[in-house]
Amino acid sequence: MTSLAITSPKPAARLDRFSLGLLGAGALLFAAVLVYGGYLLTVMQLAMIYGIFCLGLNFFMGYTGQASFGQNAFACIGGYGSAILCVQYNWEPALALIASMGVAGIAALVIGYPTLRLRGHYLAMATFALGLITYDISVQWTSLTQGYMGYAGIPPLGIGSLTVEDERLKLLCLGGLLLVGFWISQRLRDSRFGRGLRAISGSENGAAALGIRISRFKLIAFVIAGLYASAAGSLFAHTVGFISPEVFGPQMVIVTFTMLYIGGVGTLIGPVVGAIVASLLPEIFRSTGRFQDIAYALVLLLMLIYAPKGLSALGALFRPRKDKGEA
Amino acid sequence: MALLKVKGLTKRFGGLLANNEIDLEVPQGSLFAVIGPNGAGKTTFFSMISGFLNSTSGSIAFDGRDTTRMRQDQIAAMGLIRTFQLVQLFKGMSVAENVEVGCHLATRGGVAAALLRPSWFRRQEAEVHERARELLDFVGLGAQADLDAELLPYGQQRLLEVARALASRPRLLLLDEPAAGLNTQETDGLAHIIEKINRQGTTVLLIEHDVGLVTRIAHRIAVLDFGRKIAEGTPDEIKVHPEVIAAYLGVEEAAYA
Repeated sequence: MTSLAITSPKPAARLDRFSLGLLGAGALLFAAVLVYGGYLLTVMQLAMIYGIFCLGLNFFMGYTGQASFGQNAFACIGGYGSAILCVQYNWEPALALIASMGVAGIAALVIGYPTLRLRGHYLAMATFALGLITYDISVQWTSLTQGYMGYAGIPPLGIGSLTVEDERLKLLCLGGLLLVGFWISQRLRDSRFGRGLRAISGSENGAAALGIRISRFKLIAFVIAGLYASAAGSLFAHTVGFISPEVFGPQMVIVTFTMLYIGGVGTLIGPVVGAIVASLLPEIFRSTGRFQDIAYALVLLLMLIYAPKGLSALGALFRPRKDKGEA
Repeated sequence: MALLKVKGLTKRFGGLLANNEIDLEVPQGSLFAVIGPNGAGKTTFFSMISGFLNSTSGSIAFDGRDTTRMRQDQIAAMGLIRTFQLVQLFKGMSVAENVEVGCHLATRGGVAAALLRPSWFRRQEAEVHERARELLDFVGLGAQADLDAELLPYGQQRLLEVARALASRPRLLLLDEPAAGLNTQETDGLAHIIEKINRQGTTVLLIEHDVGLVTRIAHRIAVLDFGRKIAEGTPDEIKVHPEVIAAYLGVEEAAYA
């Protein structure tokens, strides 16, 4: 028997080489699009926005392991908050974004408190209903939301007289914000709080027995996801300049789920990788004309079959099988 | 002084009386065992003490405070930490991370601390990593620290659960059939570890149906059968207690014995 010396407390490297490689590939794609320009700039801008949304969703669905089909509700709050405050009341875009996040956070707290008592499929249904209700409100409450017409002429992001009008600059800013979101996700994941969330996903009983307050942790994760979603909704409004109810409809749930699962739910880099890949894939197949959707679906299926834990989990295949001795 | 005091604890599931008026006092610093045949109500008893199940009637006091209606995490925060008969490992986390989660109650800091990382928080994180390694060495899993917890063989999963529970610095450690499914050699190792934990000052309440293990290490034993406490005493007393022999062997054999 070898008695392992108590080594210095060096936290294990959180990002393995494969993950770093994936992130590097993402950065290269980002740079290529930035140079190439044109329509792809818009695609990449949306990828960054969806990436921020998915980073939030990953807190609740990935780390904590709870289903939410209704995060689009908070993106809706963010988008309409920004649109209304900027178009009707001439607010500063940055201020409107932050104020909307505040509203979305409070909404998440109020809605989450009773809803998160549900589990599994029931929670999924309840959150799905939340998204549908928000969609209906955005259609019906025309005095506030202008119904199907939506809002046009939403000003681009900026601070004071400094506004980001150039499409390339917009993309760079969004990329920067995505990095901030990623950094927050990483910091929270590798902490006492993040370990608590992941423990809940592993075994609620086990976590409760160690003193973790399950309902509080779930609620905080839900609110964090809501804040990210709201920020993404606001950024969409300021980037595209136009929003309507469809933008935050059930379609958004499907798109973001696809991204999260392609990238790897529960992994650190999954949301970012998934958002970029799932956004660019349809463009790659554009040349196939009317077969575009079929080709896209086929690739998605293949990915789910051969990489069920997402692209970022593929690294495990290349990792040398060590540490197995003594087992 | 009794660290845990249970009075008239009763649990009724419909027509089934799973626990019937159980009285128990676990003295501070002792290694106490509750034994009984399968279905005697041991796990029900445990679940009520640890707050995972509400009692029908009766009272539970831990460290002089009434915990009868407290939530699991509140009871855990008072220092009463349990393990599970069916191991409840945190899937998707490494062996070391599992133990780090166990440090939850012994540490502090939430979202803000995690984001801002003040110096006390960084120091605490380093301590958590170090403590996890120490505890893994203590139960003999030091070499498996970075392995995915799910990949551990069953016996080691049980040890990991013990290490995880210890990480929260319990005052009373409840072990629910820790030797279930272990081979003789593993059981011996486990018995050794449990004794060591107790000697270092942690009160241990152990549920087992392996009488051999219990009579070897426990200071005091209570016996449950059909939801009732039928005997309590030192291992030597229990071994010769007629009702206990009857419960384990059946009445007729006991008559021949």
